[in-house]
Amino acid sequence: MIMIFLYGALATAWNIIAGYCGQISLGQAVFFGVGAYTSSLLFKLTGLTPWAGMIAGVSLAVIVSQMVGYPVFRLRGHYFAIATIAVGEIMQALIVNWDAIGGARGVFLPIKRPDSFVNFQFHQSKAFYYYIALGFLLLALGVTRLIERSRRGYFFRAIREDQDAAAALGVNVAREKLRALAISAALTAMGGTFYAQYLLFIDPESVFPLSLSILICLVAVLGGVGTLWGPVLGAAVLVPLQEGTRVMLGGTGKALDLLIYGALIVAISVFQPGGLMALFTGSRTAGSAR
Amino acid sequence: MSLLSVAAVTKHNGGVMANREISFDVAPGELVGVIGPNGAGKSTLFDVITGFQRPEAGRIRFDGRDVTGLRPDRISHLGVARTFQKLRPFAGMTVIENVMVGAFQKTSDVAAARATAQGVLDAVGLGERAETHARGLSTGQRKRLELARALATRPRLLLLDEVTGGVDQATVPGLIRLVRELHATGLALIVIEHNMRVIMDISQRVVALQLGQVIADGPPAEIMRDRRVIDAYLGETWKA
Repeated sequence: MIMIFLYGALATAWNIIAGYCGQISLGQAVFFGVGAYTSSLLFKLTGLTPWAGMIAGVSLAVIVSQMVGYPVFRLRGHYFAIATIAVGEIMQALIVNWDAIGGARGVFLPIKRPDSFVNFQFHQSKAFYYYIALGFLLLALGVTRLIERSRRGYFFRAIREDQDAAAALGVNVAREKLRALAISAALTAMGGTFYAQYLLFIDPESVFPLSLSILICLVAVLGGVGTLWGPVLGAAVLVPLQEGTRVMLGGTGKALDLLIYGALIVAISVFQPGGLMALFTGSRTAGSAR
Repeated sequence: MSLLSVAAVTKHNGGVMANREISFDVAPGELVGVIGPNGAGKSTLFDVITGFQRPEAGRIRFDGRDVTGLRPDRISHLGVARTFQKLRPFAGMTVIENVMVGAFQKTSDVAAARATAQGVLDAVGLGERAETHARGLSTGQRKRLELARALATRPRLLLLDEVTGGVDQATVPGLIRLVRELHATGLALIVIEHNMRVIMDISQRVVALQLGQVIADGPPAEIMRDRRVIDAYLGETWKA
């Protein structure tokens, strides 16, 4: 359940930039990793509570998002998506080779006892993580709801549909895209901190991989892009499926679980481009993010 | 004083000189028609005025202010709205949501924007289609939607790129009536139009372009008699 909440929230964050604003970011792991590393390093080196570290991580992720977004948003459509992949790969390579922060070996978080909220560590029971993850998901959904109902939400969707027409109506396209990315990055970074505190070990391979960026995207696409509940639904289906196939099929052949995964994505895009949400709303229009 | 002043604007598209030292003025509340054969540079001119393309030379002034090279959204905020020749509705949004995007230029309140949008939709005759998806509209209705969207920004100058292009003959009179009504409210308009009868009928002044240059600028009656215009555009039948 904790992973469903986490991925649901990450996919919800992705949905803001990609689903509503139409900018397919495949570099979400950058923000996730920045969040995870910032809070973890601060905790390890200075003993700062991960909660404050989370805020620092969020701030840094937002700054990174604006620095990356400014040039990359000059690209449109597929080119934008490809550029975000490149950014993610560059970031991972950077961290792997940065020995001062652990390099490829990653960061072990100091284990503190007894359990404490301040230290964001709970070894007795996972229940706390459960509630924090749930809270995180609710926050992401709340933010999405707020955007959906505000002027900004209309601007985001207008940009998704036709950015030139939006500009002609007075929408500052570049600024709105950067805002969308900042919001998405902030939420994603929070997820990074949570992940680090949950596993107490992070390395570039676990928090900066392209596969994470893609998984986030898949979760949202499966559930329904550009809808409030789509990403949650996607996570509720995909995460158990991932775990299940790994348990049943993992280890036997090579990546049989991924095969099923891929087949699912193909099936969705062919038969139900609007995602699973479209099954409920009965429309195929909800997910026209392209 | 003129509302819009285009002075010696030059713009290349690829190797072609799409606009060559184009100059003309539009007075407040005036309705100016722009005619010219395909490729004469009409749409490029619109792009240059509304900030979608930056001219290589020349200045554009709106309301006494130099707007040359400003971003499209900035120009829109100053009071210049446009429609596109190729219709560009926000297909995944409802009709009223489309129009609200324009209305949000003047308010950040969702309810207020919705009210404005509904008012504009009623005015263009789309009031009853407010909640349908934009992709469900006919071409004629989409033209009205584009118009409504632009009007919701409360412009002082509206640029219409081919109002009656691509719609069936039965829809044309309604659209023309709509343009006249808008003009009657004091709105200044620049209208690109291929339908000669329409343009000569509604315009107070007509600017004729050919190969990126202004070849005539005057009242419709004069333009219809202009030798160069007839040769370039109207053809033999108009010589009568």
